[in-house]
Amino acid sequence: MLFTSLPFIVFVAALILVYYAFTPYKERWALLLMASLAFYFFADPRYLIFIGVTALTAYVFAIITEDYNAKRKAYLKANKESFDTDSKKKYKNTTARVTKLLMLLALLINLGILAVTKYTNFVIDTMNSWRTEPLSFVNIIVPMGISFYTFQTVSYSIDICRGTIKAQRNFLKFLLFVSFFPQLVQGPISRYEDLSQTLYEPKKFEFQNVSYGFMRILWGYFKKLVVADRLVIALKTLTESPDEYKGAYVFVVMMLYAAQLYCDFTGGIDITIGIAQMLGITVKENFNLPYFSKNIKEYWNRWHITMGTWFTDYIFYPLSVSPTMLKLSKWSRQHLGNAVGKRVTVYISCFAVWLATGIWHGAAWHFVVWGLMNFVVIMASQELEPVYAKFHGKFHLKEKKGYAIFEIARTFLLMSSLKLFDCYRDVGLTFKMFGSMFYTFNIGKLFNGSLLELGLTSADYEVAAIAIVFIFLVSLYKALIGEDIRVFLYQKYPLFVLVCVVLLVSTLVFGAYGAGFDASQFIYNQF
Amino acid sequence: MDELIEILKDLHSDVDFDTCTTLIDDKILDSFDIVSIVSEVNDRFDVAIPAKELVPENFNSAKALWDLISRLEED
Repeated sequence: MLFTSLPFIVFVAALILVYYAFTPYKERWALLLMASLAFYFFADPRYLIFIGVTALTAYVFAIITEDYNAKRKAYLKANKESFDTDSKKKYKNTTARVTKLLMLLALLINLGILAVTKYTNFVIDTMNSWRTEPLSFVNIIVPMGISFYTFQTVSYSIDICRGTIKAQRNFLKFLLFVSFFPQLVQGPISRYEDLSQTLYEPKKFEFQNVSYGFMRILWGYFKKLVVADRLVIALKTLTESPDEYKGAYVFVVMMLYAAQLYCDFTGGIDITIGIAQMLGITVKENFNLPYFSKNIKEYWNRWHITMGTWFTDYIFYPLSVSPTMLKLSKWSRQHLGNAVGKRVTVYISCFAVWLATGIWHGAAWHFVVWGLMNFVVIMASQELEPVYAKFHGKFHLKEKKGYAIFEIARTFLLMSSLKLFDCYRDVGLTFKMFGSMFYTFNIGKLFNGSLLELGLTSADYEVAAIAIVFIFLVSLYKALIGEDIRVFLYQKYPLFVLVCVVLLVSTLVFGAYGAGFDASQFIYNQF
Repeated sequence: MDELIEILKDLHSDVDFDTCTTLIDDKILDSFDIVSIVSEVNDRFDVAIPAKELVPENFNSAKALWDLISRLEED
């Protein structure tokens, strides 16, 4: 059931009606669970086994851990006279070690399922590149959204081990946290402490909340169907015939893909957050005007935010502050100097994060290289920061308005060029195509009508361009005013209704589902 | 406390760490800075700050960070 399919829209509309009109407030979470399981069942009944096992593992280990900790704490309290400082410390350390072991077991099972389902064929493919007798691929299903829900359970298990959250004792409620259907398709990656606040006790019916959610859904469909699914046609043509479309066409690919991916991914998240909001549930934002970023670090704080914070909290920090790393840092300071000692933990941890980010995005080498290229660019910009600061200070660039626009354009171009790995899906080809921009001088071809041979008519380009300008202006409003435009529109309610009608009609009229178009799957669904 | 301010000043000499209470909220310190601070604190105070303590509340001000170090020293 695609987000963009009619059955999904009918499914959501029926759910919202039953949710508010016929379900007692206390039972609403149960209805959501049934809807989530039904959504997954209709995608493929076998998926339920995978998500069920993952949820059960995290659930059971969390309860064992919490009960074990409580028992040990109670024993310590009851017998505190018999403990001196050293034995108390030893007792606490043993508790921490067992807790950690339980967490590792839970992670091993759940990450193991993810690794086997998603990466077995990738490993076989890689091994076949050096084997004389190739191994055959295995026929294994990859459950929808497995990376998203596995990461949610992993963060849950770690937070239980850290003692920062309380375990959910009702398995069905916990299963809802793992399987909540709007975010199964493409995230965001929710944390238990955030989502559980409204998932089990959602906000009661509020007209404003439902209106905001409804407009957000329309906005998501507008971005997805009018822009993303339209541009994907031209992108397919351009990237499937790389020999034919080199040089200036690669720049066109960069621009089209930047718009297409943004509208596809943020559009999907708009639909997710909008549905949740209509149900009275708060889901974390995943984007904050990423194309307004002035540097790559800022970009990654604004794009796919829940993934970035996940990697920071559960890989970057634990690795950086682990005893081994701290020892390595100390050793480096003593033997290699302060400058190296300061950098060593950050470099190693950052490398691990971007390697994991690349692998998380997909079972293919181009994703791995894409991740590592991000690492290289981030570290390079980190190292160059003092040089930039000196340069900015000397020419007072930061005070000039135009310079901010230059920084935004530079970051946009840099990030768009890294996205080429995702377009061409081959490391060597991507480098070759990127290079061709500098040695194949065919810019004239862009103006001789060749762009109209990519599967899109001039009317398609016009529709996409107008829609992109519209999306840009809405983003600009948020950037300048610092507030969502829905707040302003809601104060003038007839205008709010009018905008909803315009979005609905323009999506129905200009959405890409005519001849030659096919409302395609969301890109992030594959993760 | 002075030694801690010195560590922080080393990272951002232009910030008034005595008064600022929004070091994380205003994105003055980023994740790289936090790792550097943890490493320096471990070196100079012999205090290991675990990952679960790397939350905004503990790093929003020099005082909050100092309180964290004191608490961990007591443990």
